[in-house]
Amino acid sequence: MPSSNLLSPDKLRDFVLLNKVSDNTPEIEKKLSLIRRDTVTKPVIFVGTGTCGMIAGAGETLQSIRNYLSEKAIDAEIVEVGCIGLCSQEPLVDIQLPGKRRISFTKITAPRVESLLDEVLNSALPDGQVLGQYPHPHLEAWEGVRMLSEMPFFRLQNRIVLSNCGIINPFSIEEYIARGGYKSLTRVLRNYSSEKVCNIIEESGLRGRGGGGFPTGKKWKTALSADADERFLICNGDESDPGAFMDRALFEGDPHKIIEGVAIAAYAINARKAYIYVRAEYTLAVDRLKKGISQATEAGLLGHNILNSGYNLTIQVREGAGAFVCGEETALISSLEGKRGTPRPKPPFPAVRGLFGKPTVVNNVETLANVPAILGNGPLWFSGTGTETSKGTKVFALAGKINNTGLVEVSMGTSLYDLIFHIAGGVREGKRIKAVQLGGPSGSCLPEQLLDVKIDYEALQEAGTIMGSGGLVVMDEDTCMVDIAMFFTDFLQRESCGKCIPCREGSRRMHEILENITRRPVSESGHETLERFKGVMQLENLAGVIRDTSLCGLGQTAPNPLISALKYFREEFEEHIFDRKCRANVCKDLRVFYIDIEKCTGCTACAKKCPTTAIIGSPRNPHFIIEDKCIGCGICYDVCKFVAVFVR
Amino acid sequence: MNFTIEVNNKTITARKGETILEALERSGIKVPTLCHMPGLYPTGSCRMCVVEVEGKSNLITACSYPVEEWMKIRTHSPRVVNARKTNVELLLSNHPDDCLYCERNGNCELQKFAEDLNVRERRFPGKKNKYKSDPSGSSIVRDPAKCILCGRCVRTCDEVIGAVTLGFIGRGNKTIIGPPFNKQINLSSCITCGQCIMACPTGALHEKKHASDLQNALHNPDIHVVMNYSPTVSVTIGEKFGMKPGRDIHGILNAALRKTGFDRVFDTSFGADLYITELAAEMEQRLIKGETLPVFSSDCPAWVKYAEQWHPDMLPHLSSCKSPQQMLGAIISSYYTKLYHINPDNLYTVSAMPCTAKKFEAQREQMTHKGISDVDVVLTTRELAEFIRLNGIDTEQIEPELADKPFHVRSSSGKLLSVSGGVTEALIRTLHYRITGKDFSQAKIAELRNNKDYREVKIKMGDHKLGFAVVSNVKLASRLIAEIKAGRDDLHFIEVMACPGGCINGGGQPIGTDNAALKSRVKTVYETDDKDSIRYPYKNPALIGLYRDFLGEPLGSLSLELLHTTYKKREVPL
Repeated sequence: MPSSNLLSPDKLRDFVLLNKVSDNTPEIEKKLSLIRRDTVTKPVIFVGTGTCGMIAGAGETLQSIRNYLSEKAIDAEIVEVGCIGLCSQEPLVDIQLPGKRRISFTKITAPRVESLLDEVLNSALPDGQVLGQYPHPHLEAWEGVRMLSEMPFFRLQNRIVLSNCGIINPFSIEEYIARGGYKSLTRVLRNYSSEKVCNIIEESGLRGRGGGGFPTGKKWKTALSADADERFLICNGDESDPGAFMDRALFEGDPHKIIEGVAIAAYAINARKAYIYVRAEYTLAVDRLKKGISQATEAGLLGHNILNSGYNLTIQVREGAGAFVCGEETALISSLEGKRGTPRPKPPFPAVRGLFGKPTVVNNVETLANVPAILGNGPLWFSGTGTETSKGTKVFALAGKINNTGLVEVSMGTSLYDLIFHIAGGVREGKRIKAVQLGGPSGSCLPEQLLDVKIDYEALQEAGTIMGSGGLVVMDEDTCMVDIAMFFTDFLQRESCGKCIPCREGSRRMHEILENITRRPVSESGHETLERFKGVMQLENLAGVIRDTSLCGLGQTAPNPLISALKYFREEFEEHIFDRKCRANVCKDLRVFYIDIEKCTGCTACAKKCPTTAIIGSPRNPHFIIEDKCIGCGICYDVCKFVAVFVR
Repeated sequence: MNFTIEVNNKTITARKGETILEALERSGIKVPTLCHMPGLYPTGSCRMCVVEVEGKSNLITACSYPVEEWMKIRTHSPRVVNARKTNVELLLSNHPDDCLYCERNGNCELQKFAEDLNVRERRFPGKKNKYKSDPSGSSIVRDPAKCILCGRCVRTCDEVIGAVTLGFIGRGNKTIIGPPFNKQINLSSCITCGQCIMACPTGALHEKKHASDLQNALHNPDIHVVMNYSPTVSVTIGEKFGMKPGRDIHGILNAALRKTGFDRVFDTSFGADLYITELAAEMEQRLIKGETLPVFSSDCPAWVKYAEQWHPDMLPHLSSCKSPQQMLGAIISSYYTKLYHINPDNLYTVSAMPCTAKKFEAQREQMTHKGISDVDVVLTTRELAEFIRLNGIDTEQIEPELADKPFHVRSSSGKLLSVSGGVTEALIRTLHYRITGKDFSQAKIAELRNNKDYREVKIKMGDHKLGFAVVSNVKLASRLIAEIKAGRDDLHFIEVMACPGGCINGGGQPIGTDNAALKSRVKTVYETDDKDSIRYPYKNPALIGLYRDFLGEPLGSLSLELLHTTYKKREVPL
């Protein structure tokens, strides 16, 4: 990597972090500017190789770029970066030519590499693939190209946690330090006591970003003041909500920020050992974190007697085996101890009695990623952003039926409406929005009329949902809310650890009742109908007991998707139950197909394919579907060449 | 520090640091529990003990939550009762519903919950998990369909005993409790102690039944059926007939068993006297010859299996003595058959034990002599009570009788083997006599007569200062072995019982025993010893007769052939 030839991490540490002045200061300053890429001597090509980029084909893109450069013997630098958040536009390739600003191109798959480089390396621009250019005070701007910061997607964001994501090389500690990284850690170790760090964080108003929203400083203080010979810090990166990828993007795009946050937090609670618990499926993240930790250790920023402060810290990356419940802190601790990942009753809280029985703080990745900036800029800077009770920003992973799926960071207090319709670019294909699911499988769905709600722990709770860890799924009118409730209930019943009765048995029964609701009455005996109605009668009571008595957060929130769907979309449930109708035509068993006799030519294609011989009619005469025999499979709909089959 | 809290609008006293459950129990307020195991760290898995605490949005578990001064608790509000009832109904919705066919019908905690909470309707129809029962084990049958996953067996196996065979497998509603990989129990490290059965609230775990053949044998005139019942069984079986705990009914038992058709009824206490005699001789020999020390007891087959599995290098330390059951069995099939001219091929020896591991022991390949098993069938206390009831015998209307000759006399030392520490106490007496030629002066050894997990006593005998240790779970046995390997050399004899408290609390005993019952049983055993006229095996005339007429001397050639055994390393396939 060329940047490492510029300046060793040791030199950087001494010069940038410890302010040691040496004879060749101007030379070092010049090298620093090179590391920061204020000036480049040859073209630099940035390729987004986060998981989202790789899936979109960034691996092949990278190879094509390498081939192109070697074939044409062009001297250029290739830099792999993380995800900038616009996952829907991947693979993203940025190019910075000497003297010119960095410019971003979208959807650069391997076949497009050649034409892109042909043009850009000759200072021309290809059509339709320019995303925008990065601002810079000195470098020459590309003409007719908008600033990235002018795009609504970026303009309305406030990137503190994601400041480096997609911009810097995650494999380079030099780049992180050159951009101000590890300064907070240095300051903390040299000037602050553990208590002081806890106080600053408490004053900043930072709250847990994993969903619970517990004040981080308070948690740290509890652990720090607990009487023990040993304490542990755990960074919870067991991100498993369907549709959530905040932690992954952070690990992949800016691992050193997490490492710095972990180190500061560990110092604040006087822990000598910290663990980063990551899903084993996040292979890129694990790899980048491990590299980051070894770089930081080599640079003397982790390990024994860090920066001569007398403080020792080792950080270990541990891979989870893929259980959703291990995101719950006590289950995570159990798993770290080498035991079955099941939750334990609280109290005692982990901050008092956690890993191996010692005081332990478990913090979410995003929470810790906020820490270096807070220590660097002060608590008042942080609490200046946000609302009365929720300070700072929040990262959201946008998924579902929206135009700009991806990762964004917005100030607390931003409305969901702005987030969805401005940043995320609204619903795809101009369809109507039906609901927004927040907080993963244990969160709730909010209907369209509640989208004015502000992003704030308390406001969201009042509206009947939770902040959650940042997963946000947008659903349009083609979504069936019973089906969605069933999907999440099914997810949770499969991911229940099986320890406590209400969650283990109750979520399963809840799922079965929903399944029965979406089942067609044709195949039902009178007894089954009775059972189905009996189930419906129990649904709300059952959901209440599961929420009331479950051992951990997973169980306590397992009925949330159902309860919220019942609250806001009750009529859809009633349609399913009483009218046996699914308005979104999602529930297969409830679909009934009809044949438009005007359009039907009597080709018999549908009758031949119907698995239940529900279609009758003679050749060249319009056909007819016997409703009672139809199982709603939709094969007739698929085979009809004359669009005569329709669903009602 | 004491303070008051409000429970159901009344004030009760609570102590700082205790759980809500403890405070409630002390004040006589009963909250149902299922997964709770006193003395172990709460897991909070069953949610039966939930209570409503003002200011808490969810219900909280009384077993795990510490009391705090501000608390206002409601233990039986409609919300709480509904939650408990719903949870029981949820358990039932995945239960086979075959109570009438169930081992534990009438003695089932789930059944009791359903009754107490007035469950009278199936509110939650749905799919049930289908599991096959696992009959592969020699002693324990596992029926996962009936398991309600309270985890008590797992914790017993892991935290109480230390065998660590059972565990949770899978997740969600597919979770199952079983040996590793949910394979057959006979391939696992199960030591067959049966404590999991004692912990199980339902019929998911029970002993392998061996009583079915017995009825036929008893009614076959060609077969000579003898009973060899443990001195512990006579102390506990009364509870199965509704008697108060701690009543020793050996006389009634003798009479009852004869009525069911047994040709001869013997008390295994005689075997215990024999065991102590041989063990003392072996100890003396090892002390004199300077052979492998310390010696580990060998009368608990669960411990023997554990040692064979996990400490094969320590097997030379195990006493070579067979257990009292096997010793008496071997003597019955040799000496007794010879004495009464019975063809050993027609002999059917049944033993009744407080233990499930004895079923395994009787099947060990080393426990045969000239192709004849020492013991043919082993019944647990529970099975024996069922068998007596099956034969229509009313234990209240029966006159006590004596056990049969030639093993009709026992010393109270033999009786002591029922409790943990008993082997050691009995051994000390006989060993002291062998070494010094004098009776041991101490009537009881207080250091050994308590219910601590680990007990130790040092006794001077002649020139020897001997160390004796007693443990009653295999976890501590492993710890002692580690200490010995690390160089500890002040111990000469270590008594290991797998079950906490010894055979009196064995895995074959009546289920649902509380601590008070356990204490009464122990008290009875010690009282018998305190009052008995023959306290030493070497003063037992029947035993003296056996050595004079048949065996010769302890560790004599015939003794070695019949009463001693060997061990070998046991592979655990899982």
